[in-house]
Amino acid sequence: MAAEITIHLVKTFPGRAPIRAHIRYPIDGSTVLILFGPSGSGKTTILRSIAGLEWPEEGTIRFVSRVWLDTASGIRIPPQDRHIGYMSQDYALFPTYTVAGNIAYGLSHLSSAERRKRVDEVMELFQLRGLGEAKPRELSGGQQQRVALARAVAPRPLLLLLDEPLSALDAPTRLHVRDELRTLLKQLALPSIIVTHDWAEALTLGDVMAVISAGDVLQVGAPIDVFSRPQNAEVARVVGVETVVKGRVAEAAGGMLRVNVNGISLMALETESTGPDVFACIRAEDVVLEQGRASGSSARNHLTGTVQSVTMLGALARVTLDCGFPLVAMVTRSTVEEFKLSTGTAVTAAIKAGAVHVISRQAD
Amino acid sequence: MNWIAIWVTCKLAGLTAVALLVVGLPIAYWLSFSRWRWKFLVESVVALPLVLPPTVLGFYILIAIGPHSPFGRLYTELVGHPLPFTFEGLLFASILYSLPFAVQPFAAAFDQVDRRLIESSWTLGVSKLQTFFKLIVPLSTAGLVTGAVLSFAHTMGEFGVVLMIGGNLEGSTRTVSIDIYDEVQALNYAGAAQTALFLLLVSYAVLLVVYAVNRNVWAAWPQK
Repeated sequence: MAAEITIHLVKTFPGRAPIRAHIRYPIDGSTVLILFGPSGSGKTTILRSIAGLEWPEEGTIRFVSRVWLDTASGIRIPPQDRHIGYMSQDYALFPTYTVAGNIAYGLSHLSSAERRKRVDEVMELFQLRGLGEAKPRELSGGQQQRVALARAVAPRPLLLLLDEPLSALDAPTRLHVRDELRTLLKQLALPSIIVTHDWAEALTLGDVMAVISAGDVLQVGAPIDVFSRPQNAEVARVVGVETVVKGRVAEAAGGMLRVNVNGISLMALETESTGPDVFACIRAEDVVLEQGRASGSSARNHLTGTVQSVTMLGALARVTLDCGFPLVAMVTRSTVEEFKLSTGTAVTAAIKAGAVHVISRQAD
Repeated sequence: MNWIAIWVTCKLAGLTAVALLVVGLPIAYWLSFSRWRWKFLVESVVALPLVLPPTVLGFYILIAIGPHSPFGRLYTELVGHPLPFTFEGLLFASILYSLPFAVQPFAAAFDQVDRRLIESSWTLGVSKLQTFFKLIVPLSTAGLVTGAVLSFAHTMGEFGVVLMIGGNLEGSTRTVSIDIYDEVQALNYAGAAQTALFLLLVSYAVLLVVYAVNRNVWAAWPQK
């Protein structure tokens, strides 16, 4: 039997859209599933249902060969018996315990020697050496996050559930911890489910991504596919970024990056340190279309291309271009009329360097 | 000073506080964690001794434990003598009378415990009962000390219920407050003044403990 996780659930709330989630995907040793959606979309409720902290009215949740919930046959496995690691948004470290005490908290089934060994092992892995006797309130945000993760991982769970793992951190720490977290997740070789509303996190951390809006799962797929080929306008609206392409950093100088995408050079601001392999991400509304000779625009990138399709969306139009790689632009109806945009029209796309977001990815 | 009455009173107050720790914790836990929509019915019953005149409460308890009630008959059969006008009867009444003084601070302390901490404990495989002792109790020490100390102090000073249930038997049911009343009735003001001062000082000391603990002057528990 193929190892997979199946989630079907229905949960209603007074005065809010009900959650109807259906997700089914194969897992191997370290698959990271991203539950992506705006706040209030129901992604956290889905995660908490998987943890056993929330009880849907109807549904089944299966993990490999284990049934955690089956309302039809009355199976409701409590969180204690699911063997999961769960990390809530604010880490929920136990204030009355030390760092070592927090990590050892879920290990009472071990003998004290084994427990000490496991705590040391996990503290080593999460770079917490020397902090064993510290209290959670004495730690920095990044350290607290590592302790919370170490505590969740220490009892060797079958599945790791992380609710907005980076949202409690300040922006500079977040970038650093995001890359650290990706490395750790790969090292742990543990299937994980991560809730986030940040597209950069989804791209960096995820192998599979489910887009959730108003309680419904709209699309499930590899993050780059979901971002660059949203199934419908609703997915495109939720993910917000429509052009995501793989590239390699060709040159970094003076705070600028030159990224090579399919032989095309894209200039971007260097906002965070990346490896050589990157995703270049461009929001559709940051792409300005021009015709003929480039105007006096200050944009650093001028890409020539041809229109592939034009979709009218009320006062706006979604234009897909081929300029060596697929690029999506959101323009006004008057631009479409002025430039007589239709399939095959030649245009120039102007994109400011600051609008090209470069984030690191794992090498192919 | 009537040392026998002081001993009876301290014993009564101490046992009441201990009994309320045992009985009050599960009630407070349930009140704090239950999502039952009719929970307020139980909350109101627990708070009833706060507003009821002690004579009314004492009257009903007397009827309930008296030889004509099923409970009273059962007790008499088992123990050999009826419950009213004994120390045990007084203890039973004191527990009921001081119930809100213990349960309300306990429940308020449990309400303050972040539910996400409790959920994290559950997902780490720790049962609800173990979570209670390993996590909830250490986080609620100030409330638990407050509840125990307040129920001790409240029992020290109780008068109406003692009069209704305990009678006035030297060595078993004559408490300090009754003793003061008797001394005043007998116009022995000096004796009454001594005992009253004792009760005043004890009550003040007890309240000092409650406020100090809640101001974190001392941590109620040595931090692990």
